[in-house]
Amino acid sequence: MAKPFSEIGNDAIQSKGWLAAHKWLILRRVSQLGVLALFLLGPLAGIWIIKGNLSSSLLFDTVPMTEPVVFLQMLATGLVPATDAIIGVAIVAGFYFLVGGRVFCSWVCPVNMITDAAHWLRERLGIRGGARFSRNLRYWMLGMVLLLSAVTGTMAYEMFNPVSILHRGIIFGVGLAWSVVIAIFLFDFLVAKRGWCTHLCPMGGLYSVIGRYSLLKIAADKREACNDCMDCFIVCPEPQVIKPALKGAKKGLSPVILASECTNCGRCIDVCSEDVFSFGTRFNKYEKLGSEIGSAQKV
Amino acid sequence: MSEATENKPTNAARTMSRRQFLADTARTACGVGLLGLGIGVYSDRAGALPANALRPPGAKPEEDFLAACTRCGLCVRDCPYDMLHLGKMGDDVPLGTPYFFAREAGCEMCEDIPCVPVCPTGALDHDLTNINDSRMGLAVVSDEETCIAFLGLRCEVCFNICPIRGEAITLDKKHNERTGKHSLFIPTVHSEACTGCGKCEEACILDEAAIRVLPNHLVQGKLQAHYRKGWEEKAKAGEALVTPDTEHRYNLPEGMRYEHAGEGLIMDDADASKSDAINILNRGFGD
Repeated sequence: MAKPFSEIGNDAIQSKGWLAAHKWLILRRVSQLGVLALFLLGPLAGIWIIKGNLSSSLLFDTVPMTEPVVFLQMLATGLVPATDAIIGVAIVAGFYFLVGGRVFCSWVCPVNMITDAAHWLRERLGIRGGARFSRNLRYWMLGMVLLLSAVTGTMAYEMFNPVSILHRGIIFGVGLAWSVVIAIFLFDFLVAKRGWCTHLCPMGGLYSVIGRYSLLKIAADKREACNDCMDCFIVCPEPQVIKPALKGAKKGLSPVILASECTNCGRCIDVCSEDVFSFGTRFNKYEKLGSEIGSAQKV
Repeated sequence: MSEATENKPTNAARTMSRRQFLADTARTACGVGLLGLGIGVYSDRAGALPANALRPPGAKPEEDFLAACTRCGLCVRDCPYDMLHLGKMGDDVPLGTPYFFAREAGCEMCEDIPCVPVCPTGALDHDLTNINDSRMGLAVVSDEETCIAFLGLRCEVCFNICPIRGEAITLDKKHNERTGKHSLFIPTVHSEACTGCGKCEEACILDEAAIRVLPNHLVQGKLQAHYRKGWEEKAKAGEALVTPDTEHRYNLPEGMRYEHAGEGLIMDDADASKSDAINILNRGFGD
């Protein structure tokens, strides 16, 4: 019944061609590497477009940006941050509020490339089982991180945070940061399927919250064309978000993937041979829906 | 009847699921709590700054600094002399935070302090506008046995390299007991002027520096609050606060005085004070 992992997306490749069936994946990798390249352009080539790292940075020496999880930890310690940090967090949170909170996870975060690689290898080797965590664990983690800051009075989690450790390591000197890369890879590869990004990372938790009502969403526009190949569920890092949108027609559910955990990675668009999915805004889908099934829809 | 029979298993299922829910919640809370405890203990240990690592100018007290620093490295980037570093994983320094080792390269004390205003959170205090007001640490002559000034040799490198020359470090003349006829030019640090920039430690000519810059709290003593220095109180009041001592009289040959404050016997006619090398040095180059 279940087809081998290596054949996932083959239908789409046949119907659309390899490039179109990998469009969003390629764009995403370009984005992830591009963000790293922008940060590295300064120290390596002396071209200072953006300075700092993901925790805090300065764009064109004028626009401050501060990462929301770092900012909340700062607040939790009881500290009143300087205005640059407040403006910076407003800019970052505002951006992700528009484009989808977890766009950070799938389009920016360097750890995503590691966990994607681990997942790919895990599936190709057919490794089953391992630790199972609740998807809500990330919110517990987020609470723990903030509590930890409040109790210790320092940004204690930043001593452990693989996202900032890896990004800072790439830009300011690796040190032993490669051990974090290996640890995260092995964790996702052997210990838990999609363990870190989908279940544990508190940053993903906060970005889910930020993107709860975000503008940019993926929708199963042509869900009636779905041929139940299940490829989208296999490639999706958060497959639970697809079902209500794809299969909710009878219940009168919106075709927009509204769940805040969706990372807007677009891989479902790639692997669908029937072009069911597409990017859009959360609103125009509602209007369309309203004309289809009336105004019974709840937000 | 049929309704009741339908409800029974539902209730049972609900009870089970409530129990399951509580168990799951407790398990998650315990697991996350345990991880948090681990991270907390680890960060507490790994968050300790080694004594020879100094923070950039304007850094808040260490506890507040660790609460405010986002570890972004903007201060490191804006240091024109590249003497600031970010703690790498595996370094002794709290991960990702900026530091410098005075012995490797001290702070050059830029007048515009570029590392401070770029700090987004104020971990480096934006109120610091005069670099001479910064307190990165405090120099201390830590080894009188190897400092060659104490051996009676002329060095004065720390004194001369000091950016606040003649104020943060002065040379104090002491009698050389060994030769019986020479002077020791002893480098003496003054906390009211020393910024802890570290240039003295960087420049010390010894294989291991005899002058070190350390965090102020590791170096500085503190008088009990009730202490009053009699001579200061006297100066403040303009007169002795107790019955004045009668002035001691010496019976010295003409042209000689005795100075209590340390100079000892002084021959006025020699006019030594003007040509005395140590006085010239302590006056600075200006005059």
